[in-house]
Amino acid sequence: MYWNENIECADRAEMQRVQSERLSNMLKRVYENVPFYREKLKEAGITPDDIKSVNDLHKLPFTIKQDLRDNYPFGLFAVPQNKVVRLHASSGTTGKPTVVGYTQNDLEMWSECFARCATMAGVSNHDIAQVAYGYGLFTGGLGAHYGFERVGASVIPISGGNTKKQLQLMEDFGSTVIACTPSYASFLAETVTAQGIKDKLKLKIGVFGAEPWTNEMRSYIENTLDIKAYNIYGLSEIIGPAVSMECECQDGSHIQEDHFIPEIINPETGEVLPYGEVGELVFTTVTKEAMPLIRYRTRDLTKLIVGKCKCGRTTVRMAPVMGRSDDMLIIRGVNVFPSQIESALMEVYEKSPNYQLIVNRNNNLDTLEVKVELTDEHWNSEVKEIEMLKKRISDNITSLIGLHASIKMVEPNSLPRSEGKAQRVIDNRNI
Amino acid sequence: MIIKQLSIFLEDKVGRLAELTEILAKNDINMSAFSVADALDYGILRVVVGRPELAAQILKEAGYSVKMTDVVCLAVPHQPGGLYKALHILSENNIAIDYMYAFASNVDSATVVLHSDDVKHLAQVLQDNQMELVKSNKIYQV
Ligand SMILES: [Zn+2]
Repeated sequence: MYWNENIECADRAEMQRVQSERLSNMLKRVYENVPFYREKLKEAGITPDDIKSVNDLHKLPFTIKQDLRDNYPFGLFAVPQNKVVRLHASSGTTGKPTVVGYTQNDLEMWSECFARCATMAGVSNHDIAQVAYGYGLFTGGLGAHYGFERVGASVIPISGGNTKKQLQLMEDFGSTVIACTPSYASFLAETVTAQGIKDKLKLKIGVFGAEPWTNEMRSYIENTLDIKAYNIYGLSEIIGPAVSMECECQDGSHIQEDHFIPEIINPETGEVLPYGEVGELVFTTVTKEAMPLIRYRTRDLTKLIVGKCKCGRTTVRMAPVMGRSDDMLIIRGVNVFPSQIESALMEVYEKSPNYQLIVNRNNNLDTLEVKVELTDEHWNSEVKEIEMLKKRISDNITSLIGLHASIKMVEPNSLPRSEGKAQRVIDNRNI
Repeated sequence: MIIKQLSIFLEDKVGRLAELTEILAKNDINMSAFSVADALDYGILRVVVGRPELAAQILKEAGYSVKMTDVVCLAVPHQPGGLYKALHILSENNIAIDYMYAFASNVDSATVVLHSDDVKHLAQVLQDNQMELVKSNKIYQV
């Protein structure tokens, strides 16, 4: 089942023709209406006429999140305020929030994209869709809401939280679809198990996104709730959820590339990487009216998969996000992400342990030390048990990233407990 | 017959060992025997204490990785060949000792703490050969 077979299954030449035409129109609009972009293109010595097709995309300058902050709140809008019908904003943990605006056509396009995604997961007008994403400034709730309505599903706009009520309505209304963050889905699954009410539910499809999740989480949710769990990807700067979505093959997420053209770049140099290589995901929105973005750097690391999918769609797919480009380390010329170290640890540990990466340079040679907290499950009383654990971790890391890491076991709860590079990585190289 | 030994992982050997002995002292827990197994950048303290369950709980709360392990405590008389006799019996019975350490318990004998894969079997073999094992009620009070 496709929502829009013409475009989702278009051949490559047709897709590129659509993209090129839309790209060119978008550039003309922003050049005329957004002083920020006009200046930026002038600086780069480019006029919209220089970009003849999608193959010229790499000539355009990048846009970064700071540009959105610098132009807070409406500086990047390409339409007058009377055309803007909706405003969303990110929470903005550091500094000012980032604001995004939508025209009526933008909302139409968003619903269309979400409807394609919902159809990919098998959602139709026979379904009852419970939207447990937060409604409000966050794009998750309203994005899912109008998308499910578009396919004709009966939408329950319950928003996030209030687990008791979620489960009550899920049972009483017979919800067949649940849309929320994967961590909340895990929590719901735990609660359903604890209350022994699984048999009273009719759930069959989960549409989960807005945060990264692991395959372990997916299996846990799928097995506990007896549903198929699909990843949906998006970011508010681009549109919100529905930038890409997994089909039933669960082999990468199909990007709605007639609206959002993806590229993968080397985060250090900005150079475009060929399909299949891991780098930073960049999007150019070619149909958005209120706030088009040119080569917006998402800071998400992934790779692109081309070629017709088993589901029949031909749109480019993206692999699950592997980490943030800010987190990337280059050690002896090898790209290393803390998330890779974490997955190496997960082969040995039951739960993700606290760890820290320490990079040093001795005699012009980079060294990587991984500090890991010892947990009770790994030893009894002997040195050899701990030495074997260290060897297993070290072997896993070597096979995953191709670098030797020296492992140092540390006491439980002795490492700082926080997400993000600041605590996870100590780089002493001064480069 | 079987004695509960605590094993504690020590990342910073000297500083953490001092802290640990202070915690036990403050909680009025007596240490009968201890040894430190020394690896490159950490150590494992093995200790026999009075009230091992309580000690384990207190140390866990203080943030240590603590494991409780079964060991056998053998009384070895202070005379030539005392230890040899016991070890000879074990080797005759194909029992490999993972680690051992000794402490003086009184004028006449020393106590040797022994650990192997199968501690019950170890205790049985020693007893069958008329070796004297120290009972738990005695050892925890030493
Ligand atoms: Zn597919």
